[in-house]
Amino acid sequence: MTTTKPAATVPVVRPAPARRSRRRQARTFGFHLTAGGLAVLWLLPIALVLTTSVRSFSDIASNGLGALPGSFDLGSFGEAWGVGGGGHAMLNSLVVTIPTVLLSLLLAAAAAFALSRYRIPFRRTIILVMLSGNLLPPQILLVPVAKLSELLGIYDTLTALVIVQVGFGLGFYTFVLQGFMRSIPDELQQAAVIDGAGPVQIFWRIILPMTRPALAALGALAFTWTFNDLLWSITVLRTETVMPVTPALLGLQGQYVSNWNVIAAGSVIAAVPTVLVFLRFQKHFISGLAIGAIK
Amino acid sequence: MAVLNAPAVRRRRAMRRVPPVLLLFVLVPVVVEGFWVFWPALQGFYLSLTNWDGVSAPSFVGLGNYAEMLSDDIFGTAALNTVIWIVLFGGISAAGGLGLALLLNRERRGVGFYRAALFTPVVFSLVATSLIWQVIYQPDGVVNKLLAAVGLGSWQHSWLADPQTALYAVLIPALWRQLGYVMVLYLAGLKGIDPALYEAAKLDGATSVQQFRHITWPQLRSVNSVVLSVIIIDSLRSFDVVWSMTKGGPYHSSELLSTYMYATAFQSLRLGYASALAVVIFVLAFGVIVTYLVRAFREDQ
Repeated sequence: MTTTKPAATVPVVRPAPARRSRRRQARTFGFHLTAGGLAVLWLLPIALVLTTSVRSFSDIASNGLGALPGSFDLGSFGEAWGVGGGGHAMLNSLVVTIPTVLLSLLLAAAAAFALSRYRIPFRRTIILVMLSGNLLPPQILLVPVAKLSELLGIYDTLTALVIVQVGFGLGFYTFVLQGFMRSIPDELQQAAVIDGAGPVQIFWRIILPMTRPALAALGALAFTWTFNDLLWSITVLRTETVMPVTPALLGLQGQYVSNWNVIAAGSVIAAVPTVLVFLRFQKHFISGLAIGAIK
Repeated sequence: MAVLNAPAVRRRRAMRRVPPVLLLFVLVPVVVEGFWVFWPALQGFYLSLTNWDGVSAPSFVGLGNYAEMLSDDIFGTAALNTVIWIVLFGGISAAGGLGLALLLNRERRGVGFYRAALFTPVVFSLVATSLIWQVIYQPDGVVNKLLAAVGLGSWQHSWLADPQTALYAVLIPALWRQLGYVMVLYLAGLKGIDPALYEAAKLDGATSVQQFRHITWPQLRSVNSVVLSVIIIDSLRSFDVVWSMTKGGPYHSSELLSTYMYATAFQSLRLGYASALAVVIFVLAFGVIVTYLVRAFREDQ
């Protein structure tokens, strides 16, 4: 009884405290058993891939993948990073992801600013049309986008990937940001106008800094989405040397068919950047995912 | 600050003037999206009416591609699998996500850890997820070892190579990743419910089942519709997990419309037929898109 925090508003009826507390203890135990069991079940695959990545090839070959590990060898990481091309792919991914996140947030914030703070004609229609672009199934765009980038001479370059990713994400980011910016009180903006600030200054100095929580949430989301993307990469890229991490991981799988330790190490490496972003922006990340659910 | 509280009329007038630079603020993003999303989408619809190998000029065939689907067995399999995928992937992740959220809703000791554990896979790419599960599914992998250990050795399988099990074997990693996400959506929704409602119900002696039926469920209505839209759109987009585990095989047994579309376009180079498949995916998503937009429009006012 003393250890469980009483809910702030529990009514003050407390019959038979002893029996009740025993029942509560049983309940608490049941809760931890269920939730703990699920948590273990969920973490098990991750633990398994981590152990596989540090086993030696001969250990896996002779004892099988499902056996308990009998070796410890970090060589697979070097293999996946160097010979397997993981390091190079990581560089490609960052070259794509960072500009994509910055550009899409900047463009979306500019559009959201104008659409939420000024009487742009048809502003609601514009917002919804932009959002609808993001809801389209990407399959309808694949063939024309591949051809369009060929036509512009940027097919098989990371530039094409950045532009496509920015274009496809804009609608959603604009929609979320304009909703957020609308809730900023107008008085701040009026004070700035009286002080002689132009719209660009208002955007850059007042509205954008106040939108920081939303930008952090969307930034963390945009980072994982872009970094984890497979479909657009294999649509506008062909050469192996320009492939980002996700498609490179598929290549690794083909290259190291039964070297499961190298493949596992590759998938561990591929997860590191998004895990780091998640840990750094955990709170924002989760509130970002929940956007739309509460509205 | 108080001095600056301008009357409503003036505020409105201040908003009405649109400085020219703001047109640029709107136009640049709209043009980027228009050029890379809407223009290609229109082309996609047109291409679905053509035969095209990507090299010579596309030839117009009207509804020929759509007629061809009727007798295309692989299309039939892919369409059926997509429906199975929507029902199972959607149904299980919605019900399971809600269940997990209800279980982990109350703040108590350890709940943060449990939430984090269930949520972790959301951070991984579907390709990495697929590789993790491929390790598990291998003939000498953990699943088969476990089956043998509990005396079900006869159930051992090469899960991804058997047409009977491939689709379901691919579904499990997809669920492993999606459940935590749906749980977050529902947790956010549950947090938005006024606790006073539960207090009143408790005073009236309502059981927890009654509380769920009469308070939680009705209050979650808007979250349910978000989850439903997200799930259907996600199901129709599902590509990465299937492509990296089976490429739709063996013998197209795990083929979804999205993987079939990709293979038709970029491996068979039948760009017209692939575009028609993409249009089918669009048509399936259309109702959801419209519902979502109508909802967004209403809440935007």
